[in-house]
Amino acid sequence: MKQVFGYPESLQNRPNHYCPGCTHGIIHRLVAEAIDELQVREKTIAVAPVGCAVLAYNYFNCDAQQAAHGRAPAVATGIKRALPDRIVFTYQGDGDLASIGMAEIVHAANRGENITVIFVNNAIYGMTGGQMAPTTLPGQKTTTSPYGRDTATTGYPIQVCEMLNTLKAPAFIARVSVHDPKNVMKAKEAIKKAFEYQVNGKGFSLVEVLSTCPTNWGMTPVEALKWLENNMVPVFPLGTFRSLEEVSK
Amino acid sequence: MAKVTFNEERCKGCELCVSVCPKQIIHMADRFNSKGYRPAEVIEQDKCIGCAFCARMCPDVVIEVYK
Repeated sequence: MKQVFGYPESLQNRPNHYCPGCTHGIIHRLVAEAIDELQVREKTIAVAPVGCAVLAYNYFNCDAQQAAHGRAPAVATGIKRALPDRIVFTYQGDGDLASIGMAEIVHAANRGENITVIFVNNAIYGMTGGQMAPTTLPGQKTTTSPYGRDTATTGYPIQVCEMLNTLKAPAFIARVSVHDPKNVMKAKEAIKKAFEYQVNGKGFSLVEVLSTCPTNWGMTPVEALKWLENNMVPVFPLGTFRSLEEVSK
Repeated sequence: MAKVTFNEERCKGCELCVSVCPKQIIHMADRFNSKGYRPAEVIEQDKCIGCAFCARMCPDVVIEVYK
């Protein structure tokens, strides 16, 4: 019998600290598989965020740097410019990227830095205890919006892909989800493509991955995937927003 | 003929694999692993078609698939 699915080399063989059913684990594996398939593990540098994924450097089997809250794209810019032959990616949550790190991501994208950003959006602050994030859905209950997000005082969820797609420089922008096996495979394709863009020196690539937080959403992991599909996907439409073919038009 | 193996000590009992198995042959065991979770297991191994849906959905890379 031949092994058709196993542990990727770019993922360290140790248990992760994520809650049961947290989709961070799936997304870590997809990133590791993409790095394996492109055979760039030896020259890849990960930049970890602040948030649940702050310990990502314990899991990715490559060099890593942990950045201050939200500053991962700025740190990645520095690494990439100092060591242009390396493959540099950031792995950030929505609290990190869309709130405190909004300036860094917009300017890194606007400069067209040749880095890859994996943006994990679960519509809530996970590590700090389920507070409202910029990506929280209207009416969604969190510990800081116990009656549901009130759009009159707190605005609407920020659609990062759509916003960055207004810039000229980015080469690849896509939004994917991991709520069922089919979408997991699509997510894998998008992540691999984003890394390919960087390997080929095409410029800035970002993949937003819709994700769950069963613990802070107060659901079972299976219910959380259904909630993602039914509530988040309509607000954050899936698809490729920018690819090289469209840029060259 | 396909086979799936579970690294039971890594399993956190989230049941995502159970929810996506098209043959519905994955169940949660009655025993506990050392972390106190009930691990997922397959009893009717011969019904497995090796689609790897369970492995793709597993956040903890517990599952290996052989064909």
